[in-house]
Amino acid sequence: MQDTVTIYLFGKKYDVPSDLTIMCAMEYAGYQLVRGCGCRNGFCGACATIYRIKGERDLKVCLACKTQVKDGMYIATLPFFPLVKQVYDVERIKPTEQIMMQLYPEIYACIGCNACTKSCAQKLNVMQYIAYAQRGEYEKCAEESFDCVMCGICSSRCPAGISHPQVAMLARRLNGKYLAPKSAHLEDRVKEIKDGTFEELLESLMQKPIDEMKELYNNREIEK
Amino acid sequence: MYSEKFTASIAAVEAAREANIAYEPARMSAKEKEELLAAYHPDYKKSEFVALKVGANKGDVVPHELADTLQANSRIKADDVDLDSPAYDVDVLVIGGGGAGTSAAIEAHRAGADTMIVTKLRMGDANTMMAEGGIQAADKPNDSPAIHYLDAFGGGHFAAKPELLYKLVNDAPDAILWLNELGVEFDKTEDGTMITTHGGGTSRKRMHAAKDYTGAEIMRTLRDEVLNSGITVVDFTSAVELILDDAGNAAGAVLMNMETGELMVARAKTVIIATGGAGRMHYQGFPTSNHYGATADGLVLGYRVGAKLLYADTLQYHPTGAAYPSQIFGALVTEKVRSLGAKLVNADGKVFMHPLETRDVAAASIIRECSDRKNGVDTGSGTAVWLDTPMIEKIGGEGTIEKRIPAMMRMFAEYGIDIRKEPILVYPTLHYQNGGLDIDADGMTTAVKNLYVAGEAVGGIHGRNRLMGNSLLDIIVFGRSAGKNAAAKSREVSVGKLTLDHIAAFAKECKDAGIVTDAVSPKLLPDYRRK
Repeated sequence: MQDTVTIYLFGKKYDVPSDLTIMCAMEYAGYQLVRGCGCRNGFCGACATIYRIKGERDLKVCLACKTQVKDGMYIATLPFFPLVKQVYDVERIKPTEQIMMQLYPEIYACIGCNACTKSCAQKLNVMQYIAYAQRGEYEKCAEESFDCVMCGICSSRCPAGISHPQVAMLARRLNGKYLAPKSAHLEDRVKEIKDGTFEELLESLMQKPIDEMKELYNNREIEK
Repeated sequence: MYSEKFTASIAAVEAAREANIAYEPARMSAKEKEELLAAYHPDYKKSEFVALKVGANKGDVVPHELADTLQANSRIKADDVDLDSPAYDVDVLVIGGGGAGTSAAIEAHRAGADTMIVTKLRMGDANTMMAEGGIQAADKPNDSPAIHYLDAFGGGHFAAKPELLYKLVNDAPDAILWLNELGVEFDKTEDGTMITTHGGGTSRKRMHAAKDYTGAEIMRTLRDEVLNSGITVVDFTSAVELILDDAGNAAGAVLMNMETGELMVARAKTVIIATGGAGRMHYQGFPTSNHYGATADGLVLGYRVGAKLLYADTLQYHPTGAAYPSQIFGALVTEKVRSLGAKLVNADGKVFMHPLETRDVAAASIIRECSDRKNGVDTGSGTAVWLDTPMIEKIGGEGTIEKRIPAMMRMFAEYGIDIRKEPILVYPTLHYQNGGLDIDADGMTTAVKNLYVAGEAVGGIHGRNRLMGNSLLDIIVFGRSAGKNAAAKSREVSVGKLTLDHIAAFAKECKDAGIVTDAVSPKLLPDYRRK
């Protein structure tokens, strides 16, 4: 007989095998998921979930796809949270401190409670990256927030109404586009291609008989 | 946390580690590869394939699960909807909200077309989000699109459509620049040089990455750009049938709200199928690295209106799916782990192959090691081989894993395995649909006008196997191209009278072929409820 644990999905009791993730436990219990299920492997943030273990006081948060069930878990999923996403033209904004003040002024209302960091399913230092955003330090904000899956749990816990994942998204785009160094070799190659530099060579490859292509492929030099 | 039953094998791996790092295994010859594939690759297992009885590819073999869904019943009848009162009327309808769909929509919108995305889950719920390792482009001085072409053509067994592969490699650097200018953060050195590595089967280091969240970084940026641009996004809504006009051209789709079941009509001048892959079909019972919605929907939609499939009999099994613990069974362990120096090691601590063979060869080699050679590790739910991740720290220095593959470190740490110190267990997992709908160089299907396809739903870009990093590339290159071309085409299209006559015609063809089934398609989502 398989080991089972007792869990409560939206308050209703189910006995499920103990080695399942919360997501698989829901399916085992009979849910055909439409919401709250995406990549099933911790990258997409679709399955934000809140739980409390029976008898404990702490509210815990996690991604349902990568959290194993425990006995006495009271589980509520949070498949959608109304984040604020401001619209901007990435070609026209500049990586200045003012841009955050214009688009996400609520970040300056942060009271430093650190609930966002404590709730992060990816264990990121969320309050720290918001502090970097406040100071216009977008490179640091981008690095600190890089592993964010935008599940929105942090925002659900924030008394200041901050949409942390969207703030970080803006910071990363500013960093990627404006602050990180340009790649000269990339721009050079794009220009060469626009000038048609490789067309003739490629066309000659396209027309070669397969046997000749096999010969070329099997004897090509491989960079160490 | 590894239980005691793994201790002896882990000790063997540890004891051999220094010697294994120094050891450079030979690459297989063309003949060795051919024989290995024929004996062990799942694509060569004839009993798993059947010939299609109807449609444009009648007589061609495909996985029997795919045949069942291609030849299933429509979810609707023609008179379930009123084609004269469309809920949406746009220039370009994009079906699918992953990397290809969003790239297409952004370019169609920029070209001035009234553009709409419909997606059955959320925008960004897609295999793009889960692509970890990188994206190829020949932008280094020692590289060129021609070398990229040769690598991809050979890796795909010389079966790619040359005009599609030409486009893939020649447009690659511009795709990287386009992403970078949207704000995608690529790994670079301080002077801006892209940090690039090898992938299986590459002859130059041209794998660009954003740590091991490359696809996620690309996807979230594209999603943000779609939201900034004001493109209409209809989420939690699937396309269940394409609509043609009386000239037989694509002219929209019947949409279904995934939560309420409500049917709606979307009329469009051009349609782009960007529905992605098929891992959730679980061909041959394999687990999958794919997202929840990867159910070959686009192939069904296209096939039913007469579009042709190309190479639908070839799938990619990623050599390194997680084999332990059970909670992450089948999840992707990025090829970048091997790019950074980790080797594949059997139960006795022996390196049994070069770690950077192409994916099909690597998968077949692991299957051979675990089956006939009996050198696999028993995981309790199957067999597996070791991927010796601690080698990376020894080769690249302490901290390399956290810096370059943080997602992998996190995935295993959830279950008490520290990949910096302990090796991990891997086995092939269903990863990619090599085949798909047949298109021309403009991205339009060869059989149905005004119907475009981009991304994993296309067949023929890569041939019969795909190299790592060429899929993130193809969704951008062919997504952008489909968007631009569909927008341009929409300016000259005048849509005729809408019709769903193809539903009854296809059903009749099935009936005449003796197909009797209760199944409906597209499948939309897998059903994992306890039976």
